[in-house]
Amino acid sequence: MKIHEYQAKQLFREFGVPTPEGYPAFSVAEAVEAAKRLPGPIRVVKAQIHAGGRGLGGGVKVCKTLEEVQQRAQQIMGMQLVTHQTGPEGQTVRRLYIEGGADIARELYLGMLLDRDSGQIVLMASTEGGMNIEDVARDTPEKIVKVWVDPKVGLQDFQCRKVAFALGLTGKTVRQAGKFFHALYALYMAKDCSLVEINPLVVTGSGDLIALDGKITFDDNALDRQKEIEAFRDLDEEDPREVEASRWDLNYVHLDGNVGCLVNGAGLAMATMDILKHYGAEPANFLDVGGSATAERVTAAFRIILGDARVHAIFVNIFGGIMKCDTIAAGIIEAAKQVGIDRPLVVRLEGTNVELGRKMLAESGLAITAADDMKDGAEKAVAAARAYAASL
Amino acid sequence: MSVLVDKNTRLLVQGITGSAGGFHTRQCMAYGTNVVAGVTPGKGGQVFDDVVPIFDTVAEAVSKTGANASMIFVPPPFAADAIMEAADAGVALIVCITEGIPVLDMLRAKTYLQGKSSRLIGPNCPGIITPDACKIGIMPGHIHKAGHVGVVSRSGTLTYEAVGQLSALGIGQSTCIGIGGDPIKGTDFIDALELFNADPDTHAVILIGEIGGSAEEEAAAWIQANMDKPVAAFIAGLTAPPGRRMGHAGAIISGGTGSGQGKVAAFEAAGIAVAPTPGDMATTLVASAKTRGITLA
Repeated sequence: MKIHEYQAKQLFREFGVPTPEGYPAFSVAEAVEAAKRLPGPIRVVKAQIHAGGRGLGGGVKVCKTLEEVQQRAQQIMGMQLVTHQTGPEGQTVRRLYIEGGADIARELYLGMLLDRDSGQIVLMASTEGGMNIEDVARDTPEKIVKVWVDPKVGLQDFQCRKVAFALGLTGKTVRQAGKFFHALYALYMAKDCSLVEINPLVVTGSGDLIALDGKITFDDNALDRQKEIEAFRDLDEEDPREVEASRWDLNYVHLDGNVGCLVNGAGLAMATMDILKHYGAEPANFLDVGGSATAERVTAAFRIILGDARVHAIFVNIFGGIMKCDTIAAGIIEAAKQVGIDRPLVVRLEGTNVELGRKMLAESGLAITAADDMKDGAEKAVAAARAYAASL
Repeated sequence: MSVLVDKNTRLLVQGITGSAGGFHTRQCMAYGTNVVAGVTPGKGGQVFDDVVPIFDTVAEAVSKTGANASMIFVPPPFAADAIMEAADAGVALIVCITEGIPVLDMLRAKTYLQGKSSRLIGPNCPGIITPDACKIGIMPGHIHKAGHVGVVSRSGTLTYEAVGQLSALGIGQSTCIGIGGDPIKGTDFIDALELFNADPDTHAVILIGEIGGSAEEEAAAWIQANMDKPVAAFIAGLTAPPGRRMGHAGAIISGGTGSGQGKVAAFEAAGIAVAPTPGDMATTLVASAKTRGITLA
């Protein structure tokens, strides 16, 4: 789960990670009020959306006067902010963050995340602040320093010093860096983070370290015990279809293709997307109904898939293990009753209770194309999508 | 022959009284797995389905029944604790089916397992099966057939897909291991490949990977350096967009690493056949074996 910059900074303050004074605003009037609480004269108006690259997209503006804050807030609030992470349609700005200006001497990069290969948390820093870290890793990997945290003992002082010296810090800033990194690690562990990124991490003219930006992603599996974090969730930032799917415990990711998929299991769901592409179509979604889906959840899945007008055919691909084929069949029949399936439907059933599932579908009177196996189903779904598009 | 589980496996089930735990325990017993004990804290002394004694702790279950493997169906918030309890009791093989365990819990559990004698499979996996001998997990038993192909996979349903294809061609399996879709897991590809390589009754292997991480690339290098048996691979998620988590917590392309294309390229560079679609896993293996003069069916 992602949160906004202002929420990340709230957590930074809670854990003692220094960050500039700032206040969130949900309207232009609130933005001006927030600006008045800051000493000034420099204030920064920052669009709050979950995607990165906001500055380049015109979502971050430095202001010299309160009038300018009002003007910029007016411009940014409600705009469709397009960045390299939002896609061409952009994301509507509904929240702002008004922050005091910073005296920037150097811009650095700091990240903390799980390194899957070692099974440890890695603290990663670079002198190339403000840049895209993926580009730095590709072009100048020697400019990235990493330390791995042994879970038995946690982050150690010598590791903090190693990072601080590699960043070229000196004097009191080295000591500040130690406190800074320890605070960040404490936050990471206490709140079940999966990624904390500060880009840029700023060294001020007077040698102080501050987090000028903040991005935190949390482990979805841990939200049950992180109620405070869950309360940060901003549904406006998520695809409405994905929000609806999460209500039904469906693993759904919206994509831009023409064949909707309903599959059990994440691996098979990914492979189904791949095989559709192989036969010349594009998947409209990733959808894993999970192993314990009920007919009701299958119906909900159909409603979500059919809600996408770009879907020209649906491919149901089930290899039942825990999931029983008759449950899927019951869900399909119920969906047909409740929402009406107005587009071609190709169904491939295999595994537990397959005969019963096939029999239920055959006797339902629904117009369903049955498939013998995965390849057969994918080919039929691709052909059905083409035929449907031609008939429009 | 087979790897890790056979007729001598004595299984205990942690979380046997839950609905999923109970259902799948019955399925395993029906398949022929020797289930000797259940563990549910607070329900010690009860008996599951009039046959399987239930204990409060894993240690007690092991000392009273000689269980040497555990299948875990404990809910996600308590599953890492269950893994550590099984390891503390000296259970040789721990198979954790539970999906949705917080990553930091697994970080602690994996650290705890270091230096212990237990092997962990999973979490978030379908389990392990040696056809006609022992099924530990949630896979549909009836699609399997005893034979000589090892299957190792990060995905549950794709494992069934591969097994279904093999069995349809009349090709049996030695052991099928689902290593699970989480970023922190017990047994990894190379662990499973080492076992298959050393098992005289495994003649060929299907490896099913997916996007995210670099385990497939490492496996490809290991196979090239160490393995004489034919291996066919499939990578799921070639069309997945970067930065989006595809169901499995581990299935995400991030920071330019973990892409499906990179994994396919690594296998091909190592001379390992890669199935062009998930519908071709068995036929790709058969063809690859044939070029080495090995007939599988």
